[in-house]
Amino acid sequence: MNDVLDVALRLLVVFVVFLTFPLIIGQTEHKVMAHMQGRLGPMYAGGFHGWAQLVADGVKFAQKEDVVPAGADRRIFQLAPAVALLPYLLVLLAIPIGPGEGAVGEVVDAGIFFVLAVMGVGVLGSLMAGWASANKFSLLGGLRTAAQLLAYELPMLLTAASVAMAAGTVSIPGILDAFEWWWLPWQIVGAIVFFVAGLAELQRPPFDMPVADSEIIFGAYTEYTGLRFALFLLAEYAGIVVLCGLTTVLFLGGWHGPWGADGLGWVWTLLKTAVLAFIVIWLRVTYPRLREDQLQKFSWTLLVPLSLAQIALTGIVKVVIQ
Amino acid sequence: MSSASTVLTSAAGETHGFLSPTGVEIAFLLVGLVTFGAALVTVTTKQLVHAALWLVVALGGLAVEYLLLTAEFIAWVQVLIYVGSVVVLLLFGLMLTRAPIGRSPDADSGNRWAALLVAVAAAAALVWVVVDAFRTTWIDLDGPAAGSTEATGASLFQNWVLPFEALSVLLLAALVGAIVLSRKTKAEMSSPPVNSRTATKSSRPVTESSQSVPGARTNPAEQEGAS
Repeated sequence: MNDVLDVALRLLVVFVVFLTFPLIIGQTEHKVMAHMQGRLGPMYAGGFHGWAQLVADGVKFAQKEDVVPAGADRRIFQLAPAVALLPYLLVLLAIPIGPGEGAVGEVVDAGIFFVLAVMGVGVLGSLMAGWASANKFSLLGGLRTAAQLLAYELPMLLTAASVAMAAGTVSIPGILDAFEWWWLPWQIVGAIVFFVAGLAELQRPPFDMPVADSEIIFGAYTEYTGLRFALFLLAEYAGIVVLCGLTTVLFLGGWHGPWGADGLGWVWTLLKTAVLAFIVIWLRVTYPRLREDQLQKFSWTLLVPLSLAQIALTGIVKVVIQ
Repeated sequence: MSSASTVLTSAAGETHGFLSPTGVEIAFLLVGLVTFGAALVTVTTKQLVHAALWLVVALGGLAVEYLLLTAEFIAWVQVLIYVGSVVVLLLFGLMLTRAPIGRSPDADSGNRWAALLVAVAAAAALVWVVVDAFRTTWIDLDGPAAGSTEATGASLFQNWVLPFEALSVLLLAALVGAIVLSRKTKAEMSSPPVNSRTATKSSRPVTESSQSVPGARTNPAEQEGAS
């Protein structure tokens, strides 16, 4: 096939995934939360069980006036949603969905470092929004975002390093090629730490102190309206897609399945990602919000030691089996 | 950062001219100009937070330069450490102390001419040394990536183990120093920290002092005992 056409096709597929998957997760969240709370959730938009609710929400957001507060730093305020959203699009490029080089947007040699580095950049968007809004609540939200990122970036990196040690490569397709089923119990602590730290980095409940709506309104996004606010929300759901996809390919074996891996690899990847996304929603409904000091303590006194222990275990097993 | 230069492959056999630049060389030059411009704005702007954000552009530009030189691993680590952590820490510090919207007239130093002198001297020395050392070394951009993770790792842990270990000892010293400093300031503080867990989770019995005005909590000895 023509090279240019091939690249364009891959980019198009990644872009479509980027546009649709967050919406699917958003709609699932509406319905799952509703049923867990004994409600029905959206039922009217689109006819069948309110499937078009998020489309209607999008139309509503697009119609709203885009307000920039008078005291705000105009350019940075307007730039922030793009900085928050675009990194997740880039990360999606590096997540393989099936075996072989044909099932990934772009093979990146240092894939783990690429995804973690680019995900970290996304948080700059929240910081810019928090500062540029010229609002005390926004500034508090931005501060909490930064403190949370600093605390949870480390365990995420350490556990990703543990997988890289196990596989002997930092390329994500390479890790999947090296995957064996017994990595699951071997790396389970790392998987949980990675997932939890990722949740905290996305500021999802129970780690949503930076946007705690009952005390600081909506944190860094308080002053946003219309489409820019919708972009921040989209960034959160794109973040869920990325986090669940990454946990799947790094710890759960991605396209490996107990049976029928031939041609069905992408089904396994999507299935595992969907189950993880369900857990993300489930946690939101079941756990109360952690206080700021509890958040910091949880990371520094529990997650970091656990990830260090995982690295030690990985190293020992790696030496023993060689 | 200097390890990017350690993975250069020597392909001095061919002649390399500056007069017929390739596409990569032109891109390298343009990105370099953007990086330089962003760095200049970083030190000259009077808006504190803007300076930090321009620093993001400068550091990101540097990462792109590494990418153009096929040092992919170094590029992503650059983004991860500098953009993702150092700048976030910087912004955190700025927001925690003061980060006014708009210009800060006092964000200017009387030492700027001395600073300019030192900066130009340091840059001149660095450029001279690097150009002199790597005059005949060329990176073969078309062959296998000279800066891939594998090549970088092998070079780092075969040829450069001692500097690597020395650096980690240095970082450890800095870490210990930070802990010592923070402990010292905590002991010197006379007022208890606001919102500390000791205030809410103390196991002491309810006495008159805990029911009275909040001023009763400013007894450091009692706070220390409760924690």
